[in-house]
Amino acid sequence: MSESTENNRSVVIERVFHHPPEKLWRALTESPLLAQWLMNNDFEPVVGRKFQFRAEPVPQWNGLIDCEVLIIEPLKQLSYSWGTMGIGTVVLWTLSPAEGGTHVRVDQSGFGPNQERNYQGAKYGWQRFFDGLERVLSGGVG
Amino acid sequence: MKLGDVNPVFRALADPTRRALFEELTRQGEQTVHALTRYAGVSQPAVSKHLTVLKRAKLVGDRRQGRETHYRVQPDALRPMADWLQDYGAFWRDRFDRLEALLERMES
Repeated sequence: MSESTENNRSVVIERVFHHPPEKLWRALTESPLLAQWLMNNDFEPVVGRKFQFRAEPVPQWNGLIDCEVLIIEPLKQLSYSWGTMGIGTVVLWTLSPAEGGTHVRVDQSGFGPNQERNYQGAKYGWQRFFDGLERVLSGGVG
Repeated sequence: MKLGDVNPVFRALADPTRRALFEELTRQGEQTVHALTRYAGVSQPAVSKHLTVLKRAKLVGDRRQGRETHYRVQPDALRPMADWLQDYGAFWRDRFDRLEALLERMES
């Protein structure tokens, strides 16, 4: 009951959980619960709140994910920015009632440099670069 | 997530001039430093410096011919970046399994 689509710029995973939306919402928004299945964090369900997810550091990655809450719509939608290693993305959770439970969709999109850091005024867009990535990888190189 | 693999690649490509140089090599095939300098519109030492960073990330390879150094792209170096984006799919599926387990443990 899980499906996903992936391309160069977004990842979508969906699943129906046999639990009510209220319970899912708690698991998604209560920091200690979130820590049990996602990562340690100092999340608070307040729009504009900056927080971090913290994973075990590995070589060349400090394990930190810098986030900011973008959308809080209780029992329906939750979104935060997700920036790590200078790459900024947006994670969007959507809950909807389903037969016998709750349909959950996570959509991570906008893979590109974290604009806040140091890439302002880039004359060469990352978006275009990612669009061309597949072509380069498939051997379309002169 | 194999984040370590992708870090040097993203770092190297974080700079717009390097990204432009890399794309130019992708489009045109092998190029000399001179040709790339004309294209980039910055000084040759600057271009050489950028090329060194790209080379360290294995995004480009070089060969010397006479007094000229020729650069070409090594597209396989981008593979970890593409894999890494796909790894996020695997990452979320794994976390969904853990979420499911947590929901079972929670009081309703």
